[in-house]
Amino acid sequence: MTDTLRLPTPAPRRSNARRWLAVLAVVVAAAGFGLLTAGGIGENLVYYWGPSDVKKAGDQAIGATIRLGGQVAKGSIRQGGGEGSLLEFSVTDGKAVVPVRSTGVPPQMFREDIGVVVEGTMTKEGVFECRRLMVSHGNEYRAPVDAEAPDMEKLIKSTEGLQQAGD
Amino acid sequence: MILPRLASPNLAFALVALGVLLLLAGSYYGLFVSPQERYMGDVQRIMYVHVPSAWNALLLFTLAMGCALAYLWRGGWGWDAHHEALLEASAVLSFLLCVQGSIWAKPTWGVWWDWDPRLTTTAVMLLALLGILALRSAVDDPEKRATWSAVATIIAFVDVPIVYFSVRWWNSLHQMQSSPETVSAPFIVPLRLNAFGVLALMGGLALLRARVAARRTAKELGPALPPMPAGAALEA
Repeated sequence: MTDTLRLPTPAPRRSNARRWLAVLAVVVAAAGFGLLTAGGIGENLVYYWGPSDVKKAGDQAIGATIRLGGQVAKGSIRQGGGEGSLLEFSVTDGKAVVPVRSTGVPPQMFREDIGVVVEGTMTKEGVFECRRLMVSHGNEYRAPVDAEAPDMEKLIKSTEGLQQAGD
Repeated sequence: MILPRLASPNLAFALVALGVLLLLAGSYYGLFVSPQERYMGDVQRIMYVHVPSAWNALLLFTLAMGCALAYLWRGGWGWDAHHEALLEASAVLSFLLCVQGSIWAKPTWGVWWDWDPRLTTTAVMLLALLGILALRSAVDDPEKRATWSAVATIIAFVDVPIVYFSVRWWNSLHQMQSSPETVSAPFIVPLRLNAFGVLALMGGLALLRARVAARRTAKELGPALPPMPAGAALEA
């Protein structure tokens, strides 16, 4: 194939006005980036509170829609039988523990020690009433040891149950 | 350097072919050779397209920003043509990234979407890319289009490092970046094959797309059309 397509002419020449625009754009971009990173947005942008933050907030957390994030405490999962039933567990960050009450079937990934983010509100009794349960997993991906394999049918089922519980 | 000039179609097609081969090999390995992930099972395999999409969306946006800067500094239609092509390639990958992420999120996190910092900044990136492309299609004068969109790209590029660092700066639902230490060896092979596969495929397509952009700009500029080969009818 002979290639005869050439760039259009006349080519835009170097222009000082355009160079100033380049400098200006870079300055604006750098300033924006600097403001975002050094301007304390890190402290002001909070996706979820840890159990310690929720405890510290006290009455402020009651009635307000908040997200609570942390690990599912070992041995804290209690599940009632049947569909759409009660699910209780505790969320911890190693320092504080917040009991959570939820309904429905959690995602298959839900287990002890895994990360969760729950959306809902604190009640006066000090229990977090969960309206939306999300499981967060770490950045580790491991091949199974021995012959263990996840139960795919259960995994698919877990997503169906969540539609009612979560949304 | 290819970007200030137009790449030969042979080179572009060779890259596309290489990309397809790498993607076929990586996808075969990822679907049939790699074992199931310990907790996520088969669902984890979407990582083999999700992560390469993410890397290349960010990389091609970065290259587009380089072209934008070079256009403003040096002039020349080659930079502008590749700026346009790379923006489109990055937009396609960003869109796929969000779709693949949703499909992965539903069975693992339990939700299709949430306004987590990583997801939100990625959505901003996709919207910024679409916005710049909309700006380009709205301006008829080639020089104004090239200049204005280059400025827009440089400013919008601020979001790229924020997307990357979002999982480190803020607590989020999305997990942190993986590294070879956190990923078992049989999962790394398809990840790498597909990462280079997407890069070669989208890179090759972007080089071809830049030729289309250059041809359109030539038409817009009027009578000084580039020389055409005999019998190569362009316009219907």
